[in-house]
Amino acid sequence: MKRPKIRIGVTGLNAIDNPGPGVPVIRGLLEAKSFDAHIIGLAYESLEPGIYMHDLVNKTYQIPYPSAGTDQLIDRLEYIQEKEHLDVIIPNFDAELYSFIKLSPRLKKMGIHTFLPTMEQFDERLKVNLPEFGEKYGIHVPKSEVIYQVSDHKKHMEKLGWPVVVKGKYYDAGIAYNADQLTGYFNKISAKWGLPIILQEFAHGTEYNVTGLGDGHGNTISAVPMRKQYITDKGKAWGGIAITDEKLLNLTRKFIKETKWRGAFELELMKNKKGQFYLLEINPRIPAWVYLAVGVGQNIPEAYVNLAMGKEVDAFETFESGKMFVRYSWDMIVNLSDFEKISTLGEL
Amino acid sequence: MKINKHIAVSDSGFVFNPVTGESFTANPMGIEIIEMLKKEQTVEEIHAAVLDKYHTDNTTVEKDVAEFFELLKNFSLIDRHETTEN
Repeated sequence: MKRPKIRIGVTGLNAIDNPGPGVPVIRGLLEAKSFDAHIIGLAYESLEPGIYMHDLVNKTYQIPYPSAGTDQLIDRLEYIQEKEHLDVIIPNFDAELYSFIKLSPRLKKMGIHTFLPTMEQFDERLKVNLPEFGEKYGIHVPKSEVIYQVSDHKKHMEKLGWPVVVKGKYYDAGIAYNADQLTGYFNKISAKWGLPIILQEFAHGTEYNVTGLGDGHGNTISAVPMRKQYITDKGKAWGGIAITDEKLLNLTRKFIKETKWRGAFELELMKNKKGQFYLLEINPRIPAWVYLAVGVGQNIPEAYVNLAMGKEVDAFETFESGKMFVRYSWDMIVNLSDFEKISTLGEL
Repeated sequence: MKINKHIAVSDSGFVFNPVTGESFTANPMGIEIIEMLKKEQTVEEIHAAVLDKYHTDNTTVEKDVAEFFELLKNFSLIDRHETTEN
């Protein structure tokens, strides 16, 4: 039977040392059995490697940064839609999700489907709201406090203790062992990502992540836990292994059921010596290591697109534990004319 | 005493715990003990088998096997409640 062709816009093509999820999402989409994916890349910068991966991406368009506002973004997407007739867009950055969630009704009118969390779900799991989130849903989270001025940390240190994790509202984090280090991280992270800054109790233990997909009605479509085996100095997994910890899977199912999570997500957790899991962060999108989930039998990008298109999707029942991913870098040779096109025309 | 049922052990002694994602390498004697545990042999049977094969004294075997069990316990390769019962 001929598979339907689905035209999919994908962001997050920055396959660098802190990689965006775009390229692994595309790899999953191209391996989909239920449709034939035609990929349109959506890039912010002209040196995002995915732009030049012509075997994965059919064409790429530059789109405006989220800071430019939703009006500019919708104008650009209308232009792209006239040419490409997209069926689905998969946004892969935390910072752009707000715009895409807000624009999703307008995108739907243009014929573009999304499968994103609701604005309430998006806000509720924000790092600044995580303690309330943990309390509401009965999930352990480390203590944290939000600060707008570096001097405000003093009133929280008795409660949080040293070392403390200094986090940006979207990205970046550092572990501070004293006030000087805390000030350094505060200035560096707030200059890049703005205020507030979150101070989080440092949780000792082993890092685990779960990626998954909720159908928006409380059902788990996919859940794959991973133990980080090799962590870069940016805290990113460069190697990881799929595991079958029932505690982790139950916690994930509980998270989806209680929040009625809609869309993909990544849970970042720490397991202490007593075997308790602490939820450090909820990322409301597909993570960069999602190809491990595809490799162990749960093609999350494929299921995501089918859910976005309004199709019935069966929950994945199993996956193959003990399979690993090992990330690598790859130098591409790129013609200057390609760089020129994306830089000057904004499309390639 | 029971080895965690999910543990995978290869012929080369590579031990993988799919629950925690940890992996270890065991020497030939370690592999044999793990295999005996998987067959649900008792601690006494394991002592006797090791004593018989390695021709050493009972005290050394008891000490070495106990140390190995402690390692398995620390690495969550043995169900914790099982170890306290034994």
